[in-house]
Parts: sequence; C-alpha cells; structure tokens
Amino acid sequence: MQISMSINGTDITEEIEPRVLLVHFIRDQLRLTGTHWGCDTSNCGTCVVLMDGQPVKSCTVLAAMADGHSITTVEGLATGAVLDPVQQGFMEEHGLQCGFCTPGMMLTARALLDQNPHPDDGEIREAISGQMCRCTGYATIVRSVQWAAAHPAVPEELAENAGEEVTA
Amino acid sequence: MQIPASFDYVRASTVDDALALLDRHGPESRVVAGGHSLLPMMKLRLARPEWLIDINELYELDYVLRDGNTLRVGAMTRHATLLASPEIFRLFPIVADAERVIADPTVRNRGTIGGSLCQADPAEDLSTVCKVLRAEAVIRGPGGERVLSMDDFHRGAYETAVAHNELLCEVRFPIRPRSGSAYEKVERRVGDWAVVAAGAAISLAADGTMDDVAIGLTAVGVAGTVTEAEDLLRGRHPQEDLFLEAGRLAALASKPIADQRGPIDYKRHLADELTRRVLRRAAARAAEAQEG
Repeated sequence: MQISMSINGTDITEEIEPRVLLVHFIRDQLRLTGTHWGCDTSNCGTCVVLMDGQPVKSCTVLAAMADGHSITTVEGLATGAVLDPVQQGFMEEHGLQCGFCTPGMMLTARALLDQNPHPDDGEIREAISGQMCRCTGYATIVRSVQWAAAHPAVPEELAENAGEEVTA
Repeated sequence: MQIPASFDYVRASTVDDALALLDRHGPESRVVAGGHSLLPMMKLRLARPEWLIDINELYELDYVLRDGNTLRVGAMTRHATLLASPEIFRLFPIVADAERVIADPTVRNRGTIGGSLCQADPAEDLSTVCKVLRAEAVIRGPGGERVLSMDDFHRGAYETAVAHNELLCEVRFPIRPRSGSAYEKVERRVGDWAVVAAGAAISLAADGTMDDVAIGLTAVGVAGTVTEAEDLLRGRHPQEDLFLEAGRLAALASKPIADQRGPIDYKRHLADELTRRVLRRAAARAAEAQEG
C-alpha cells in the first residue's frame, strides 16, 4: 500500500507492507537511523517520535497508521546547524552517556516544553517515566531539560560551536 | 525482531463505515484503536487478524460530555484526554486516580478507554473503575444499539459481549449527588500491570449514611464487585472500623494467583490494605462533594 506523511517537514510518499512498524519504516526505509529501536514492546521508549507533536512509541504504531500525519524524529529537532535548546541542554548538562535512549528522551522533552515551558523536576520525571536510561543518568537528563527550559533560544556563541560539532 | 503476520489494512472514516467493513470482512477482521494491546499481541502472533480496520479517524467517538445526570465518554477518547478532563476530575476522581497509573504518559497518548475495556485484561484498571461507577457500555452493530451493564459487558478474561461485527461506541457514567470515588494501585514500576489495585465509590444519603457503595479489585480474580463488603457498609455512616472489616472481606473475596508480581499472601494483604485506603478517600471526597 502507498502512504504519505510529513517527516521533519518534508512530504514523502512510499510503498509499504501494511505490517511494517513505524520505527522500521523510519530507520530501514527512510534511513533516518537517529530513531532507535529497543525493547520492541513499548516499554523502553527509545523509539519515541512525535506524531502531530505528541510523543508516541513508534515500535507500537504501524507506518500505515501514520499515513496523513506529521512525524518528527530526532533529525528534525535542529534547524540547519542550530541545535534545538533540548539538544544543546543535553550537551551542556551531560544528559547522555551511551546515547541509546537520547533521541526518545529529547523528543519527549521537546513535546513537554512545547506544552509546559517551565516544568518542575517532578513534571519532567513524569513526562519521561515511560522511557528508560540504562546508564541510569536520569538526574542529568532532568538537568538537561531544565537547561533547555531556561534557554528557549540557544545563546548565539553556543549555537555557533554546536554547528561546528554537528558538521564536523 | 517482532513483526506481525501479514494482514490487509483499511481505514474507517465513520462508525457506519467501520461496521460495514467489519461485516464485509467477517470474524477474521479486527478493529485497531490505540493499538497498544493489539499490536503487541499481533507481534507475538497471539492475534492474527486478516484484516485490520483502523478506527483512529473516528473523531466522532472522541468526546467527554455531560447529558443530564450522565457523563458520556466516547470510546475513542484517549487516556491522556481523560486524565486532562476537568469534568472527569470533578465528578469521578477515581478515573483520574486510575489514569495517572495506567501505562505511562507516552502510551496514554495513544491508548483509548474503548480499547482498554474491549481488551478486558484481568489486570486492566478501567474495567474495575467502570464496574465501581456502575457504568454502562453502548455497543453498536448491524442490529442497532444496545446498552449493557459492565457485568454483562465483561464475559471473562479477554472476553466481552462485543460481537465481531459490533463496536463499543460509548461508556456512560451515572452522576450521583454527594458521591466520591478513589482508586489505588501497587505496581512494580511505571507502566507495569497492577500487582493489585482497588477502587471504591460511595454515595451519601442526606443523613450522611452510605446510600450506595461499590468496591472493585483489579488483578486478583474478582469478576464483579465485592458485594459482601458493600452489603456491610450500605446504610451505615462511614467509619474506620467498618472500613477495616470491609478490607478484610475484600481480601477474603480475592482469588489471587502467585506469579512474578508476588505470592498469594502478599496480594491478599494488598487487597485488604488498598480497599481500606480507597474507602477512606472515597468517603472523604463524598463528604466534600457538591450536589453533582
């Protein structure tokens, strides 16, 4: 069957088998491998993407169900070379160690801040409670999201540095 | 890698369309709402529908609205919507109590009340909540609409009265004056099924006695409500010694099995303790409640 959707602002049309899960469609067919594939049972949350702005676990959504919707993956967070404040926050506050949970954590954080620009630590912990960091780096993840909340626009000098690192 | 077996996919645009599709494709077709129960079962090949009918575009079933002394909730209302509803929070705090501990916030963005009830998992929270609130299920099919009590809706584990060519469309909650309700669950971690959970609803008469009481238990093999404990409380004033006895009766009525979530004694203990806690909270909320 044929499906069309917006991925990170770009309209695409692809041919799929109905049983293909959104996570595999994104990773294997669109080659956007920033979205990670973890437990496959909607427990770990590393496959979280935004569907119409809401975090969803893409291992438990069919690609066919995303037909006609708007999907944002971690590749869609930055604007050109300028990182999203959430991405910058994860760099500033050491929000990742191995990085496996990071894409899902960052997208959930983005959705939270879009709804609630000044969450307290409890609200951040609640928002990411369906996601696991097996490095157990939750304290720094919460600090990273707080950094993003405090810097809704990434300061220019950091944005330039980040741009170099992204393109390096 | 877990991938479902092959199936054909079709999207329904209205309830009538969904019913026509179910009728056309027969018993090997299934509807999918949020998909967070059905898709995992399909990945494990515990379910192998030949046709999957996606009802996520049935926006006509996504509502919470008051109609006289009934709160009508559309079957496609997402858990996240229920949790955010001020009307639910005010009238049926038990729903908000339960929604806070159903799965996790990301799953609650997809899962629906109708999907949860139709899955009829014995450890599912909203089934207990709906029983305790004496809710009714509105089912539509080729023969029209029928309205069932939750006792008639639930046939057993993973089994409901909804036939293959029917659709659960609405859940109706009766609004009672001077009533309060509460739910409490013990789970090993966020997103896990309940080890045990309990729910209670209390309506007070003008003299402050308990007009009606309902007590439900999750994940311990109690199909209906705990009538022994309800009978004890009905017509009496809320008081601690009665709640202690109700907890004891609830534990006796429970039929837990030992599994990785705990041994039988522990689950009985939880049934007792959680019943007391929800009765206390429901009574306090009923005492504070306005006319409804």
